[in-house]
Amino acid sequence: MMLRLTFWLALALYGAVYAALRLAIHPPIPASVLTIYMLLTAIAILVFVSADERRFTQFIAPLAAVFEGRAPRAARIAVLAVIPLAAAWATYVRVAPSADAPFELRVIHPEPPSSLSVHGRRVEIAGLQNPLRAKGSELDKPIREGKTIYYQNCFFCHGDALAGDGHFAQAFRPIPANFRDVGTISMLQESYVFWRVATGGAGLPKSATPWNSAMPVWQDFLTEEEIWKAILYIYAGSGSTPRTWDDEVKHDKH
Amino acid sequence: MPGGITLQATGTGRPAFEALKDTYKGVLKISLLLALTYLIAHGLSSVLPAADYRALPVMGNRVAVWIFAQLHLMFGAFVLGVPIFALITEIVGVATREQRYDELAREFTKLLAMAYTVTAVLGCVLLVLLVTLYPKLTGYLSQNFKPTWILYVVLIFGEVVLAYLYWTTWDGTQGARKKWHLLLGLLVNLWGTAILFVADIWVTFMMSPAGIDDAGNVTNLWQAVNNHTWMPINVHRLLANVAFGGAIAAAYAAVRFLNARTAEERARFDWMGYVGSFIAIAAFLPLPFAGYWLGREIYQFSQQMGVSMMGGSFAWLWILQAFLIGSLFFAANFYLWLGMGRIPGAERYTRYQVAMMLVLTLGFVVWATPRSIIATGVEMAAMGGSHHPFLGLFGVMAAKNTAVNLMILTTFLSFMLYRRANRVPLVTWASAGKIVQGLVIAVASGVVLFYGVYSYYVTSMVRIGFSVYQVLAVLVAMAVFVAVDIPMLRGARQIGAIRWGEIPARAQYALFFMAITFTWLMGLMGYIRSGIRQYWHIYGRIADESAHAFTMTHGHATLIVSGIVIVFFLLVSVVFALAARHEDRPEAA
Ligand code: HEC
Repeated sequence: MMLRLTFWLALALYGAVYAALRLAIHPPIPASVLTIYMLLTAIAILVFVSADERRFTQFIAPLAAVFEGRAPRAARIAVLAVIPLAAAWATYVRVAPSADAPFELRVIHPEPPSSLSVHGRRVEIAGLQNPLRAKGSELDKPIREGKTIYYQNCFFCHGDALAGDGHFAQAFRPIPANFRDVGTISMLQESYVFWRVATGGAGLPKSATPWNSAMPVWQDFLTEEEIWKAILYIYAGSGSTPRTWDDEVKHDKH
Repeated sequence: MPGGITLQATGTGRPAFEALKDTYKGVLKISLLLALTYLIAHGLSSVLPAADYRALPVMGNRVAVWIFAQLHLMFGAFVLGVPIFALITEIVGVATREQRYDELAREFTKLLAMAYTVTAVLGCVLLVLLVTLYPKLTGYLSQNFKPTWILYVVLIFGEVVLAYLYWTTWDGTQGARKKWHLLLGLLVNLWGTAILFVADIWVTFMMSPAGIDDAGNVTNLWQAVNNHTWMPINVHRLLANVAFGGAIAAAYAAVRFLNARTAEERARFDWMGYVGSFIAIAAFLPLPFAGYWLGREIYQFSQQMGVSMMGGSFAWLWILQAFLIGSLFFAANFYLWLGMGRIPGAERYTRYQVAMMLVLTLGFVVWATPRSIIATGVEMAAMGGSHHPFLGLFGVMAAKNTAVNLMILTTFLSFMLYRRANRVPLVTWASAGKIVQGLVIAVASGVVLFYGVYSYYVTSMVRIGFSVYQVLAVLVAMAVFVAVDIPMLRGARQIGAIRWGEIPARAQYALFFMAITFTWLMGLMGYIRSGIRQYWHIYGRIADESAHAFTMTHGHATLIVSGIVIVFFLLVSVVFALAARHEDRPEAA
């Protein structure tokens, strides 16, 4: 009868989830996320077994047997030994020296400023649109030119496939953005991307510390139009589209 | 006499006269309080040297205003939520002709007088703090929003009168006159909602100002009122108040259950906890949608504000929020499943729990997956950035929407199984009905999943449209399910009566957990909402030039929120204890 094995099944399930997360996913899940997942797994299992009186009784039966002295002596000794050992192990893991660089709590997408200065001109972010798109469907040529700009400037870092894996990529921490990732340019408005390209790592605000991004300040090397063309290309080349809101400029009317 | 709830507060003699007397006392109390506040605020302002900001020693301006504003809001939510809760249960009582619903509604309404007083006192302290510590900002707001302030005061008096009448006429209007009492209850709630909407004007204007000229003067009051975030916040807060009122009622029932000495009392408070949690969860289910709408409006108002809320420094607090919401779903289902243990016939449905738990857990996992992952350099290099190629898929809104829709559907299903646990439908079309129900749930899940996956392949504009389809699918499925359920279970055979009072004690802790989590969420989300203005009083228009304009660390902020939650529960306990003492006292001769 499955019910009688509740406790052991729960343990086995926990172990199986851990093994699956550790072994089946590549690249490996970072420790911080793994901790969250395993914590959730534990909570879920506990909630499940205790949400039914019969499961619950069966679940605590082995524990009760141990702590009420009914279990075999060897089992009791084993449990009592495991508790301090587990605590010791957890302590060891926390304090053991490691060669890893410390965690970086970097905010990837900090809030943009309300305006920025490009070639000495003030540009308002709110309502800022890619001027090349405004011209209508005639996008092929600017995209082609954007591609050239990309290969002359961005390719070394952001890569041939626009996947953040250029030749230099591994030399930088943080590594260059992967434009094919759903979590980068495809969820940003074009005005945001313009700000990031024009002002680079140096233009990141206070909340995005530490300031160690290698992303160059492109307004020092490109014209405004070239930047917009490059942006057109990174969207087109990675098969994504910028985020838009239906009535984006609405609040200007007020 | 279980709990002594049948006690007559108005006496039997001259109910109409007593009712008016109590109402009069209430109005007098509020008038005195307002007058006192005015005198203190005015006095302090004229005694203290003129300044744009005045410093409060030790605690600091910001934290003081924050604590009192949040406590005032929580009590405000309580006094708005309780009448909604009371009216719903009263209506259910009339519809089912079950006296115990009426008694329940009455018992909670009794708390109102005391709770209003606490709310008003907190509000007055807040007002004094604002006027003395932030004279410039307060001056600006009161000058530009004068009509709304006057409206607010009028509304408050109206609400006090209506609420007192609602309470004092309770016993006198049983029977034929009940419909007038229900009407009164409706008025109390409409009035309360109006108060909420007016108070939201100032808050939302500070977030997303509209209708003002370059100098910052309000030129179009209606535009200033009807700014980007006003309606979404109104709706969000209204729903949250209902959920909050229900959750607090359930937590109160849990305390009484755990302290009960007789089986009768346990049965009564078990049932009360169930009703409270039912209303709380029912109001909680649409909340994520309302929140999504609010978030969207914030983005539309200002990309900068939207990004700092979701992607910027505040992003980490959303992980906390995800944990709390996910836990709420767990707690709600946990409570229902444990409750099914005391319903004969519910065994038939236990086997579904495995699948339901799986959906809930996967949904929770998706919700709790951060968008930018904390990783060491080595891990980052392996992932190729801070975005894990696989987990990154869970970090975006499309995944979270899909997850929450499925979690909502699952919790709804738990409710429906609970509802039918001890009944066997006798109508001839029962099996067809069940198939239809199964189909709508399957189709809705399919639609949610399909659009969830499909949204990775389309532009953000289209994606936003998808979330609407997902919500619609879930809403339609729930409506169809209930529409089939009601006639299907009419005249059903009862396997056995619910054994009220036999729920395991640990279920009661789920009720506490829900109440505390709701409160904590309100504090946390309130902080985010207010915090994303960053160093602005009025976003983009009037900067905060005080020493406290900086955004504090998350650790510090969450500690303050937690402190507020503790103080709130202490105060609520006092209100409940005083009400209980009143109730236990033998009727004075
Ligand atoms: C020296 C290497 C390097 C070069 C060359 C480079 N980038 Fe970057 N870029 C980075 C790094 C590193 C990041 C990630 C850190 C950050 O966000 O600042 C980044 C981030 C970005 C982002 C932000 C994406 C996001 O999701 O926030 C955009 C957009 C971008 N780069 C566009 C470009 C464009 C366009 C070019 C060419 C004109 C370019 N980059 C050239 C290194 C580079």
